[in-house]
Amino acid sequence: MANPIARPLNKRVLLMGTCLCDAFYDDTAKATVEVLEHLGVSVEFPDNQTCCGQPAFNSGDWTASRKVARHTANVFSGELPVIVPSGSCAAMNFHGNLLQFEENPDPAITSLANRTWEVMDFIYNGLGIKTWPGKFEKATRLAFHRSCHARGTGTGEAVRTLLASIGNAEVVPFGEAEQCCGFGGTFSVTFPHISGKMGTLKLDRILDIQPDLLVGIDMSCLMHLSGLAQTQGRPVKHLHAIQVLRDTLP
Amino acid sequence: MIGNQLIDQYARNISDEKQHSVISGSAAGTEKRYQVLHKDYPDPDAIRKLAASIKDHTLHHLGDYLAKAEQALVSRGVNVHFAATDEDARQTILSILQGHGVTQLTKSKSMAAEEIHLNPFLIENGVECLESDLGEFIIQLDDDEPSHIVKPIIHKNRREIAATFLREGIAADYNDDPETITRRARVHLREKYMQAQAGITGGNFVCADTGRVALVTNEGNSRFGMAPVGVHIALIGIEKIIPQEKDLAVFLNLLGRSATGQQLTVYTEFINGPKSANQPDGPEHMHVVFMDNGRTDVLASNCKEILRCIRCGACQNVCPVYRQASGHAYRSTYGGPVGAVLSPILFGSRFPELADLPKASSLCGACNEVCPVDIPIPDLLLRLRDKAHREHIHSPAAIPMSPFATLATSPSLWRTAMTMSKAMNHLPIQVAPIKPLQDWLGQRTLPDSHGGDFRKWMKNRKK
Repeated sequence: MANPIARPLNKRVLLMGTCLCDAFYDDTAKATVEVLEHLGVSVEFPDNQTCCGQPAFNSGDWTASRKVARHTANVFSGELPVIVPSGSCAAMNFHGNLLQFEENPDPAITSLANRTWEVMDFIYNGLGIKTWPGKFEKATRLAFHRSCHARGTGTGEAVRTLLASIGNAEVVPFGEAEQCCGFGGTFSVTFPHISGKMGTLKLDRILDIQPDLLVGIDMSCLMHLSGLAQTQGRPVKHLHAIQVLRDTLP
Repeated sequence: MIGNQLIDQYARNISDEKQHSVISGSAAGTEKRYQVLHKDYPDPDAIRKLAASIKDHTLHHLGDYLAKAEQALVSRGVNVHFAATDEDARQTILSILQGHGVTQLTKSKSMAAEEIHLNPFLIENGVECLESDLGEFIIQLDDDEPSHIVKPIIHKNRREIAATFLREGIAADYNDDPETITRRARVHLREKYMQAQAGITGGNFVCADTGRVALVTNEGNSRFGMAPVGVHIALIGIEKIIPQEKDLAVFLNLLGRSATGQQLTVYTEFINGPKSANQPDGPEHMHVVFMDNGRTDVLASNCKEILRCIRCGACQNVCPVYRQASGHAYRSTYGGPVGAVLSPILFGSRFPELADLPKASSLCGACNEVCPVDIPIPDLLLRLRDKAHREHIHSPAAIPMSPFATLATSPSLWRTAMTMSKAMNHLPIQVAPIKPLQDWLGQRTLPDSHGGDFRKWMKNRKK
């Protein structure tokens, strides 16, 4: 997946909150604001934002998804970096949108692509924060699920390095890390059986290492895995990496 | 009622035994591949990008390279044929066989031959045609279909194979020890090799500069198939051309590692043409049949990158959907991620029937990550979903997206919907008479709605 290299850095950024944080995971969005402000970045939240358009895009209805993408590009117009607490929505901005506009490139869409950062990538590769001064109260085993849409981007290394630098934290690798959690948005609705089996396998591998905390960079994966875990009677404590950064600060 | 996708239904009904075989077979391949590739190459990514660019270059000049390859092959005494369609390819091969009076042959593994169902066709036309790859031999005995590009019987276990051997008289008693099974097959096949008059193979690569055909196997069966016969026919897709012999270094290194986690396959043959005067044995006649069968249509489409494919099966091994559903769920010669792209467009007239295949993916991208020729499979799946939508081909369980687009482009409506979604916390949504919702919630819980809370928090702290 192409990840723009030369993206603007700015101490002022626009936050793309994502629809999942809007609907369910407000604390992840809050943590994004708090961590960025802690790092001296001022965060603006354009109120007219909605969704990146991925559900329609993945369903093949590009007429609908282009409409949403144009709306998003318009809401986030300008020069400021756009920070997203989701590898998947970020990839929609800098990859999926370019794909659906490849026959008729749109400058606003291209501009959004070139300014979008997944938040952990922004902190690590953009702001150059390579260690995190946080600390867990006691020894904590972390399972980090990279999330598929962060393949080929700087996010995986960013999260692993920052988490490992936190006091009392141990990032424990688990088997078949390349496997998907089975969510895939509408995929989990149209392929409920396969999606559930995929998620169960993923959970098995994660729980193999008996983590104290499951860390991700996409609330969608965490929603899917924790929803399955809950139903299967083996709940797993889970947080977005940005929440871990905030919560471990002194 | 909205039904589930066909591949999901297939996966739901698959036997535990079959699924266990597929999952363990594919997961083992992925792990081994990763270790071997990374042990030898500090940056495998650079090599697969090089391989991709060589393939793209060749495909861009395919007409020129085909002409060059033809010329080189002819100069080595090879008869070259071009087959535009599957029917042309079958008839061409049949008439070559009839011309040489062949009534019995062995055939090594070839996806191109699978694609045109060559074997049953030849048998119908009175030619005894025996599969010599162990997996394909077992498929032939069982009248089954291969379910993996490299491991055709990934869906079977040794107990089933032992039972087949007993039933078919290959073995006198039941024995499911893999080594015994292999020895028994060997005894049976060796006799057939000696009786055959011709050998049919595929071809992994054809070097345009010299006309040399490269063929890889792990069983040496293609070598056996060619040694005692007078006629060798290689059926090869036109996309198998590479510009120069030296490019083989890139592709052979990638193919073995990606397919089976081997640095090189056990047998790698470089076929130079028919037997020369000073060679003791080998076929006196060699025919190469270059087959199009939809490939030029693919080349003209926006999914042409799929023609880079070197048939290693790595994308199948790593694909979580393939693992759950098996290759048979894809209803065509090519299953898994490569098949989900290739099958609907290679067999163009079958597009409406196979348009659901590109949807059988969470778009996780594991396939692209392992692909030795860096095919952007998720992008191609998306382009095909767009194509299906534009052509008004709607597969079961499609969710209409225009209401979503309306909501997502109306900010005030969106904000209201977010706030109102909190009502869900107080509604028994798990009993709502919506089948997909019930299917979803049967296995998963949804978190409580906090609709609009973040917006409120953000607004208040600004004051």
